[in-house]
Amino acid sequence: MTLLLEKQVAPPAGPARAPYWTMRRRDELAGWLFIAPQLAGIVAFVIVPLGLVVWYSLHEWNVLAGTFEFVGGANYQALTDDPRLGPALRATGLFSVGLVVLNLSLALFLAVLLNQKLRGTVFFRTLFFSPVVVTLVAWTIVWGFLLQDNGGVNGFLSQLGVDGPNWLRGDATAMISVIVVQLFKGVGLNMVLFLAALQGVPAELYEAARLDGASAWARFRRVTVPLISPTILLTSILTIVGSLQVFAQIAVLTQGGPGTSTTVLVYYLYQQAFQFHHFGYGATISLLLFAIVLGLTVLQWRMRRRWVFHED
Amino acid sequence: MKLRLLTAAATAVTLLATAGCGGGSDDAAASGPLDLRMTIWSANAKHTALFDQIAAAYKKDHPEVGRITFESIPFDSYTTALTTQIGGGNAPDLAWILESTAPDFVTSGALEPIGKDPDLLPSATATWEQDGKLYAYPFSTSPLGVFVNTDLVTAAGRQTPAQQIAAGNWNWEQAVATGAAVQAKTGKGGIVVGDFDYKGWDTLNTIWAGWDARPWSEDGKSCGFDQQPMIDAMTFIHKMVFTDKAMPGPGRTTDFFAGDASMVLTQISRAALLEKAKFKWDLVPLPKGPAGDYSVVGQAGIGVLKRGKHAEEAKKFLAYFTNQENTAKLAQFFPPPRKSQLTSEILAKANPLLEPAQLQSVVINGIERGDIKAGHTGYAELQQTVRAALDPLWKPDADVKAVLAGVCAKIDPLLSK
Repeated sequence: MTLLLEKQVAPPAGPARAPYWTMRRRDELAGWLFIAPQLAGIVAFVIVPLGLVVWYSLHEWNVLAGTFEFVGGANYQALTDDPRLGPALRATGLFSVGLVVLNLSLALFLAVLLNQKLRGTVFFRTLFFSPVVVTLVAWTIVWGFLLQDNGGVNGFLSQLGVDGPNWLRGDATAMISVIVVQLFKGVGLNMVLFLAALQGVPAELYEAARLDGASAWARFRRVTVPLISPTILLTSILTIVGSLQVFAQIAVLTQGGPGTSTTVLVYYLYQQAFQFHHFGYGATISLLLFAIVLGLTVLQWRMRRRWVFHED
Repeated sequence: MKLRLLTAAATAVTLLATAGCGGGSDDAAASGPLDLRMTIWSANAKHTALFDQIAAAYKKDHPEVGRITFESIPFDSYTTALTTQIGGGNAPDLAWILESTAPDFVTSGALEPIGKDPDLLPSATATWEQDGKLYAYPFSTSPLGVFVNTDLVTAAGRQTPAQQIAAGNWNWEQAVATGAAVQAKTGKGGIVVGDFDYKGWDTLNTIWAGWDARPWSEDGKSCGFDQQPMIDAMTFIHKMVFTDKAMPGPGRTTDFFAGDASMVLTQISRAALLEKAKFKWDLVPLPKGPAGDYSVVGQAGIGVLKRGKHAEEAKKFLAYFTNQENTAKLAQFFPPPRKSQLTSEILAKANPLLEPAQLQSVVINGIERGDIKAGHTGYAELQQTVRAALDPLWKPDADVKAVLAGVCAKIDPLLSK
């Protein structure tokens, strides 16, 4: 018996094996477990759909006939030959530039205005922020009625003796209308972000600038803008990406018209994939949009070193 | 230990696989009653109540059928939602299909062929046939008529359309004069084309059919917008909007059923909206056009989708849903395509709001000689392309001929596909 026990507990020959579960490995495993839910979400809802979109873009999918045929790069070739793509990109650019410029300027202006210690600022902050929490489609439908030829906006203008245009039917006014509807919907969010940034600017910097004789405009340019530049970067990235993905406003207000003046890229993608049943081509357009969004975001991120101010 | 684990896992996998096979089987005895689902675009509670009543009666004699549901999808996105369901592997068993998209559904092979009853009018089934087989039941064959707010017409000092019919001068010139007088004298809208709103251009067939115009040829290969009948019809419509001001202009909402317009050109199935109307109204046939008397019929079919889960059961239910007895019930909302049921007596029972004379002149005569909206394969793309190309027409100074030539330039490549 003793001999047996000795045999059993006898150490193995050769160098001793290090335990597998070292502290480092345990920490590593814990780390992976912590990020596992997020990682699973990204794989399921980002990586897999993205892979599927790439896969679909290589196929012609006839939903009604139930056929799914590999066509290789034919959809990418069609993208380069599509005469409707240019107008769609132009409309998207016009919408994005108009919205981003107006949104960021107005949001910053409102934030500076409502950052003053005056009576009623809380009310106005709530007023400008409230559209952000309203359902997008409901907001757009209401504006659709207001912008009718015989709607509320023209009714108001006629009270002032002005004959308003047919907002949603004019080539130029339709795009302006869509931009303005989206501007009022989203400006409150950027306003709040700017307000938070403005409240983080140290008061002594303004005091010092004032003592140096800097004007209000100089204080804004030399103190405020550099110190809130990280927020300007964040809001510009969010607003540009959001503007490139505009859809509901177009679908409800103009359906891409008049003509194709408001047919932005996402609406064109929707038409091709879901209305015309060219799912493969729709997938290809969505990859083009993905590339544009990615390109612009990377560009902005790289440019941050030039104009975003970091105190440290 | 390992062997035991492996055995347990194999047993579990076998059990799961068996359970999975059982769940997916169409065999009613093995998996219990099967459910049927039909997509429709109407959300009218009276329509769905009648559908449910017919479904309940069917289930009494068919214990193999569990629930029969009618899933309402908004009209504007109906076909898009339906095709997305099909693409996503969630095809309904039956679907209500609009006439404009009939060629897409019929030629693609998406639908099961169904039985062809000799009682069905050939003019009603033509859209839904291919190679001698019928692919959908022409469920609603609804002629378009003119609902008239006679209070507004009289207030504008005009003869009512019924009086004009009696005098033998109910034509488009008179209709426009009446619409213009109502707009000018009462401030209310003149003639409204139902579902048009300067986007759904295809509903203008209620007017251009009076000029014998068509958007494309019978074979669907050549454009009809630049042909003289269409140029004349569109010139007339443009003048009616911008010169005569007999029709609400673009960007204006005018609801006839709320009493805001003198006339609306729409399907007679909309008569239900006038049940509680606070004005006197009438229903008359479409005015005579330069090409003579004409009629336009709106149509919808019900088809059985091949990729639905229970195609055979769906076919049986469709046969019951559209038999003689049930189409007589459905006739109160959806005029039947059956010869035997197109009598003013039968239709009057189902449509108490309408007079037998109205039913004869608008419904029966309309269905028998009606022009059905022109469909085409790839209709959605054609629809959007024409909509965009027609937009320049809806301006006071538009060059009608040039705009229509532009429409053809845009759709020719699509028609020749």
